[in-house]
Amino acid sequence: MTSAGPLVGGVDDSPAAARVTARSSREADRAIRQAYQLSPWALGICLLALLVAVVLGAAIGPAGLPTVDVVKELLDRLPLISIESGLTERQQIILSSWRLPRVALGALVGSSLAMSGAAYQGVFRNPLASPWLLGAAAGAGLGATAVITLGLSVGWGPFNSIPVGAFIGAITGVSISMSLGRLSGRSTTGLLLAGVATAAFLTAIQTYLQQRNSDTLRAVYAWVFGRISTTGWSEVWLLLPYVVVCGAVLFVHRRHLDVLRVGEEEASSLGLEPRRVRTIVVVAATLLTAAAVSVSGLITFVGIIVPHAIRLLFGNSYRVLIPLSAIGGATFLVLVDIAARSIDAPAELPIGVVTAFFGAPFFALALWNASRT
Amino acid sequence: MTRVTVTDVSVSYRDRVAVEGVSLDVEQGHWIGLVGPNGAGKSTLLRAVAGLVDYSGEVTFDGVAVPNAERSKTVALLPQNPVMPTGMTVGEYVLLGRTAHLSWLAAETDHDRAMVGESIERLDLLDFAGRPVDELSGGEAQRVALARALAQESSVLLLDEPTSALDIGHELAVLELVNEIRCERMLTVVAAMHNLTAAGRIADHVLVMANGATEAIGTPAEVLTSEVLGPVFGADISVLDAPDGTRVIVPLRSGHSI
Repeated sequence: MTSAGPLVGGVDDSPAAARVTARSSREADRAIRQAYQLSPWALGICLLALLVAVVLGAAIGPAGLPTVDVVKELLDRLPLISIESGLTERQQIILSSWRLPRVALGALVGSSLAMSGAAYQGVFRNPLASPWLLGAAAGAGLGATAVITLGLSVGWGPFNSIPVGAFIGAITGVSISMSLGRLSGRSTTGLLLAGVATAAFLTAIQTYLQQRNSDTLRAVYAWVFGRISTTGWSEVWLLLPYVVVCGAVLFVHRRHLDVLRVGEEEASSLGLEPRRVRTIVVVAATLLTAAAVSVSGLITFVGIIVPHAIRLLFGNSYRVLIPLSAIGGATFLVLVDIAARSIDAPAELPIGVVTAFFGAPFFALALWNASRT
Repeated sequence: MTRVTVTDVSVSYRDRVAVEGVSLDVEQGHWIGLVGPNGAGKSTLLRAVAGLVDYSGEVTFDGVAVPNAERSKTVALLPQNPVMPTGMTVGEYVLLGRTAHLSWLAAETDHDRAMVGESIERLDLLDFAGRPVDELSGGEAQRVALARALAQESSVLLLDEPTSALDIGHELAVLELVNEIRCERMLTVVAAMHNLTAAGRIADHVLVMANGATEAIGTPAEVLTSEVLGPVFGADISVLDAPDGTRVIVPLRSGHSI
């Protein structure tokens, strides 16, 4: 009431006031029409960045491929386009069997982790929330460690035992947390505390298994620190259905995540069913994370840093955050993977180390930029 | 345009009874003020009417018992301190009021945006539409929250001490504004009010609560008396006649009189 004119009565009908009102109406109309709309510019910039990352990811590696030829080869694979790339047969095999599957896997893993992180932060209204918090990482770690140290055989179809064990472990971890959380009255705080307790318990078992089987420590650590390495497309096909289905579920619930920003009680009074939304989103985000960590190991930080960078650059609405986190996460992990295999070539650095090493300064830069605007 | 009938409603939190056997009947377009000391059960009663807590007894709207999950089309709640999410614009915030009118997977239509525009215009928020809600003053924030409630297109408005954080000037302005809108749209208003004088001036009826139960119910002249209010608030209370014909209710220091 301090600056918006009279609340009641006192109508100013002068021409100047009419002009101001007309301008205000137009601005208000624009603000309402643009409410929650994803800007085509933001989408375009993010897609362009992903395209650049994909081309660089395909071109850069121990056997360098000419970037222009890679672009031509990628264009040649599009329908209705025929163009001579200039790549040799050997280079084409490297591109098809090594680089592109690796880039695709990195993009899918990054997209999964970033979307899941954003979704968890939405349902728990906590900027530090991620599937890790409900025991997904601890469960996956225990599952993979059990397979490696005990020599369990839980392979399925073309997939060996480690990813299957990690997937089962992640789902089990979150399921235990959610069951314990129900005992505490279904509150968000209760669920998070149940997650912390579950993660601690599963980590204790994992540590015990590691200590008892020190000869496999190297293999366990190689998985724990994460890696995007694949030969062929099998892991991509494993992960793709989860990204499509769970990603679609998160995408259609982005409006509900915005309603949840006012808290569960206010959201209920507005007509939302917070528990239903929370359950659906947590299940979808957890499945997505479990599928991602099963093929990549534990790549931390992506689920926190990418959504926050998107927030700083493009705003807080989940209608923007979910789709742009998917694109941003894919871009980020493809670029980080290039760094992981280039910095100490021909050796590869664990990608989890590189995400934190490059991600933290980038995040600081984004924070600094936001504070200036 | 809805008649609200509350019959023998009780609410318990674990072992504690927050509301016990409260009944009231609010005619459509009327304003009932809920008054009482802190912890009297006013907010809990509002939450029961809004369907946000489990309760025993019955709450009906025009004689129909609407399921809790479907009440938001009939009832809008204006909280005491509405959550103002960081970076959400006024337009986006008011658009949340359309949630109850959207099916599970649908997006807002032009009609929803038009309703938001109408609410924003009615509350003189045109200049604010693109501003983040977390940068508004207390009075502006309450006005924006009221716009969200109007966008909900509900016929019953529940107010949970909406002016407790405002100075007396803004308090009066907000209450007058709600009253104007009530008259325009024939809204039925149930409001928990901490300011007894304001309740006496604006409400058609007043329900006095203490320890979760009804102490008195009637017109302001019938129940806002020192005999009723003194024991309920545990203080000496004086009721004075104001120059405009309404009543001013003030607590007295022990041993003092006006």
